[in-house]
Amino acid sequence: MSDILAKLRGVSRIYQKGKEKVEVLHELDLEIPKGDFIAIMGPSGSGKTTLLNLLGGLDKPTAGTVNVGGAELSSMSNSQLSHWRSTNVGFIFQFYNLLPVLTALRNVELPLLLTDFSSKERVKRASIALDIVGLADRAKHYPRELSGGQEQRVAIARAIVSDPSLLLCDEPTGDLDRETADEILRLLQVLNREHGKTIVMVTHDAQAADYANRTLHCDKGTLEAREAA
Amino acid sequence: MKYFRLIWKNAWRKKIRTSLTVLSVFVAFLLFALLSALGFAFRGGVDVADAERLIVIDKISLINPLPMSYRNRIAATEGVESVTHASWFGGYYQDPRNQFGQFPVDPESYFDMYPEFNMPAEQFEAFKRNRTGAVVGREIADTYGWKVGDQIPIQATIWTRADGGRTWEFQLEGIFSTDDPRGSSALMLFQYDYFEEARAFGKGTVGWYILRVSKGADPVQVANAIDLQFANSPNETETSTEAAFAQSFTKQFGNIALIVTLILGAVFFTLLLVSGNTMSQSVRERISELAVLKTLGFSDPAVLGIVLSESILIMLMGGLLGLGLGWLLIQGLAQQMAAFLPGIFLSPAAMAGGVAMMIGAGILAGIFPALKAMRLSIIDALARA
Ligand SMILES: Nc1ncnc2c1ncn2[C@@H]1O[C@H](COP(=O)(O)OP(=O)(O)OP(=O)(O)O)[C@@H](O)[C@H]1O
Ligand SMILES: [Mg+2]
Repeated sequence: MSDILAKLRGVSRIYQKGKEKVEVLHELDLEIPKGDFIAIMGPSGSGKTTLLNLLGGLDKPTAGTVNVGGAELSSMSNSQLSHWRSTNVGFIFQFYNLLPVLTALRNVELPLLLTDFSSKERVKRASIALDIVGLADRAKHYPRELSGGQEQRVAIARAIVSDPSLLLCDEPTGDLDRETADEILRLLQVLNREHGKTIVMVTHDAQAADYANRTLHCDKGTLEAREAA
Repeated sequence: MKYFRLIWKNAWRKKIRTSLTVLSVFVAFLLFALLSALGFAFRGGVDVADAERLIVIDKISLINPLPMSYRNRIAATEGVESVTHASWFGGYYQDPRNQFGQFPVDPESYFDMYPEFNMPAEQFEAFKRNRTGAVVGREIADTYGWKVGDQIPIQATIWTRADGGRTWEFQLEGIFSTDDPRGSSALMLFQYDYFEEARAFGKGTVGWYILRVSKGADPVQVANAIDLQFANSPNETETSTEAAFAQSFTKQFGNIALIVTLILGAVFFTLLLVSGNTMSQSVRERISELAVLKTLGFSDPAVLGIVLSESILIMLMGGLLGLGLGWLLIQGLAQQMAAFLPGIFLSPAAMAGGVAMMIGAGILAGIFPALKAMRLSIIDALARA
């Protein structure tokens, strides 16, 4: 089954809110083939971010198993997960989440600090990643000197710099205008098609979802994954 | 330290806030340096003093000389291992302002008595062979730029020569230094035999005796025995330990050490509050950034280490600057104050203690924010952002 990258089996995620239990995901089964580009849509609070967190090893299911790239995330310790994340998954957020004190290049370099690469090698790889997202000429700029779209490109470069197979994007264009959003989405498409990245993207925007190979819909309360018509 | 850039940049995220914190650390450690150097001077004499060395002076006044004949009688006293003597010459070099201690001594027994003074063996031998030879401490040689072989004229203020002259010529045969970083080697020593022969008056006397108590003997008893021997003679003596000598001087400063400690305590307590506050503000401001680092795969201990290092870095920046400036000031101060309060000295131990305090204070100020950063839940922090 080498063409399946991620496999969720009977995954439930229950949050305890005071005395009340909120079951956000209910016995979810999901398979994500390698090289897929999936959009996830659904109303607010339906568990989209929760699902991404489980896929990215940021959270653990209350029940069920999450397997990504052969790693059994649901049974790994926190420090194992943190090590796993550093090489296997890239995160892209709605608000870019760059470190304001570092330049674009140094932001992109961050994940490489966790590797054994020499400083020269790290800078080289970070520069290549910036080049891929079309921002080679902004390497020395600080986030506050960049536009929203450029910041998101830097964030994407940071997500791909350690060459993970899976990219998880939580509303990556939620804060951008149409035109810039389309640029970012085309970039994701390139990463998917030319660099073979498997992408799971949460979005509220139907036009954004069109860039994906397929769209899954979440429904309120419990998640029900179904193929779009 | 591949995290250094990250730590450094984070430390300076709010330049004014960090500058103010660094400034307060700087002031605290400058104060620490100055106070501990002064405290050292107050305690110094006692610490340097060798409890097994006794000093015999004239009971009436230090400046009254003692007969040379006492030497053998002191040496014969029970509990005395060895004796030497020194005298006050009180001359100057070229200009009356260039004053420093010059003692005519018996080279062999004097250097035996003060093993902390070190000199190359061949220089010592040359000194002993040359009747008009002299040796000086490193501090003096450096001050006047003297080298071995130099001809050094010293103007006498007390001791005119038998030939009526006031200039004493010496050949510099050696330069000694002291092992004890707290001790001083600001001395010039020359041959007593030459001094005795060439001086116009006062023959047959020395300034004071120094003796070493034999192992196991009680210094107090030995001192009493010596003073008893010379009781009711024209030159009654007063024998005391170097430590007692120093202590009587230091006693009046006794409480200063306590006050110094209290002031420093208050300063450091304030310092911890200031920098602890800086660190916790700084961590509170970047909860989401820390969550991002953890998302990227930075482990909990790495995040803890990064925040702690930042706190320690701020302490080291201010602290080393403060200690450094303190050290410079103390160099100057020590020279200015040498006459009134010798032994003003920032000891390596005090400096090492200072650096240890910087690191300790950095850890104390940073530990709670760092633990908070470490324990941060990624999903909560990102959901809030
Ligand atoms: N740490 C938590 N503790 C308690 N409840 C939580 C927690 N995180 C999420 N929830 C709840 O789980 C549900 C799903 O949250 P999630 O963030 O996955 O929704 P979402 O689909 O991403 O919504 P949005 O589109 O607004 O981002 C929400 O009702 C939320 O209140
Ligand atoms: Mg969400």
